[in-house]
Amino acid sequence: MSSKRERREVIVETRNLSMHFGGVRAVDQVDFNLYDKELRCLIGPNGAGKSTFFKCLTGQLTPSAGDVVIRGQDTTGAEPHEVAGLGVGIKTQVPNVFDGLSVDENIWLSARRWHGAKRARALTGETIERLKLGDIRRELVGRLAHGQRQWVELGMVVSAEPWLILLDEPAAGMTHEETARTADLIKEINTDAALIVVEHDMQFIRMISQQVTLFHEGRILMEDTMEAISSDKRAREVYLGHRA
Amino acid sequence: MNGGDTLRRMRPVFVFALIGLIFMFAAPYVLQLFTIINLTTAIALAVLALSLALVWGFGGILCFGQVAFFGLGAYAYTIAAINFDGSTWAILVAIITASGFAALLGYFVFFGRVSDVYLGVITLTVTLIFFSLIRRTSGPEYKIGDALLGGFNGVTSPPLNLPWDTGSFLFPEQVFYVAMAALILCYVFCGWLVTTHFGRVCVCIRENELRAELLGYDSRLYKLGIFTISAGIAAIGGALFCNGVGRITPDVFNLYNAALTIIWVIVGGRGTLIGPIAATFGLFYLTSALGGQSVFNNNLVLGIILIFFVLLVPKGVAPTLTDWFTRRRKPRRATRRHRSGRRTEVTKA
Repeated sequence: MSSKRERREVIVETRNLSMHFGGVRAVDQVDFNLYDKELRCLIGPNGAGKSTFFKCLTGQLTPSAGDVVIRGQDTTGAEPHEVAGLGVGIKTQVPNVFDGLSVDENIWLSARRWHGAKRARALTGETIERLKLGDIRRELVGRLAHGQRQWVELGMVVSAEPWLILLDEPAAGMTHEETARTADLIKEINTDAALIVVEHDMQFIRMISQQVTLFHEGRILMEDTMEAISSDKRAREVYLGHRA
Repeated sequence: MNGGDTLRRMRPVFVFALIGLIFMFAAPYVLQLFTIINLTTAIALAVLALSLALVWGFGGILCFGQVAFFGLGAYAYTIAAINFDGSTWAILVAIITASGFAALLGYFVFFGRVSDVYLGVITLTVTLIFFSLIRRTSGPEYKIGDALLGGFNGVTSPPLNLPWDTGSFLFPEQVFYVAMAALILCYVFCGWLVTTHFGRVCVCIRENELRAELLGYDSRLYKLGIFTISAGIAAIGGALFCNGVGRITPDVFNLYNAALTIIWVIVGGRGTLIGPIAATFGLFYLTSALGGQSVFNNNLVLGIILIFFVLLVPKGVAPTLTDWFTRRRKPRRATRRHRSGRRTEVTKA
């Protein structure tokens, strides 16, 4: 398996990435590689640094040290719009949507960033169809249930047709059925785009996971398949232990 | 977005513009000259309210010093008209001066990522600096070209003239036509702007700046853009204002006027363009009427109105009326269009 991955292009690379808040080392000298078309899950207990790591990738935080390289471009300390401008779709932990606007408008604004007026219109329609948001397309997003808002945000990410997608807890607050649909959608997106998914929900990770990176105290503890991680003693101690 | 969609979204704008046009041609036949002259001032202030409605209501930028651009426009117009011996280019100078200043100020504020509250403080402070600065320019040494700044007495503004003949000044009725036409044009322009891609991005930045950035929009540029445009519109209002009043004094920059502009937009309703325009006319006539009596203090009444609206009609007149009408029309629409679920569509006039 590793020999197969060697041949693929590295599209996200962090070298020695650190983020300190005062004396707290939220992310500590992390070296991370993501290969083209890969689907990678980041897991770890609360405070392990995965969300901070995620924010360093998206430009929401400027790392204290180290580099982030996305497809050959150094994006360390870049603004979020510059990272997005490389064709990266980002979904944050708390749903970030335009509450006062309709579902339609939310998705159109994303599609229109990259496409002309006509194509954006068509793409908006396609996305709404694909995510089955047709019944609520004219509702204000602020009036929707939490799970639906998550879907609208996913729709915004998808409609921009990114080649790399960063998702922070996409299944948080979703019902069982919604979680399953999200997993299917993620697998479908993965056919043309690489993904990094930060998640807490073990069941959800089992649905989608290939390669999993386990964070612990700001460092990468191990990187393997979900099966290998669940059976590893150290991993169980730091993370799974308190659940089992 | 295709052309038909733009027209559909702009339908309410055209309706109000048409009402404005009818009023423009009817008013001089119905009203007395004194009222017409007064109206011209109210129209100028309505343009100012419109500019704040755009930048605050749609751009989400609470500019507490919109009068700074209005006053700057008025001064630039007056000084340029005196020096050029004609008003046509002076209007352009007014727009460019105010927009240029806004672009410079906005660059530091938006690219420095100054937060919303401080933006209000900074714009207000800039306004008050203009106020104190221009009040101190009463000596003969303070002049720009042939124009004396005149300190707290201000400068007499040359009236508008025909573009092709600098000797023929416009009569008050004609100035009224120009002002009304300018208001309608600015209104239609703003109404169009908010349906464009640019305008819709500004609205989404108002809703959630981080999300807009994560979609790849540079929010700083959009904010700077709408701030600069709205300053240019305020300057048009300023040029009309000093035409209506006949002179411009530093009082235009005082705290009272800065606050009054905010009140117009709060009463009229943020997120609409027609609301603040209507509120300006309404409150202008209320203050004129109150000026004729001495039982109630003018400012006291304005204060009570503001408190009343903030507490009881927080969305302002226009959005509240729109909600009320949509709610009344909803049952009929729902049966006719059954499942299309159009009821939550927001009309922005």
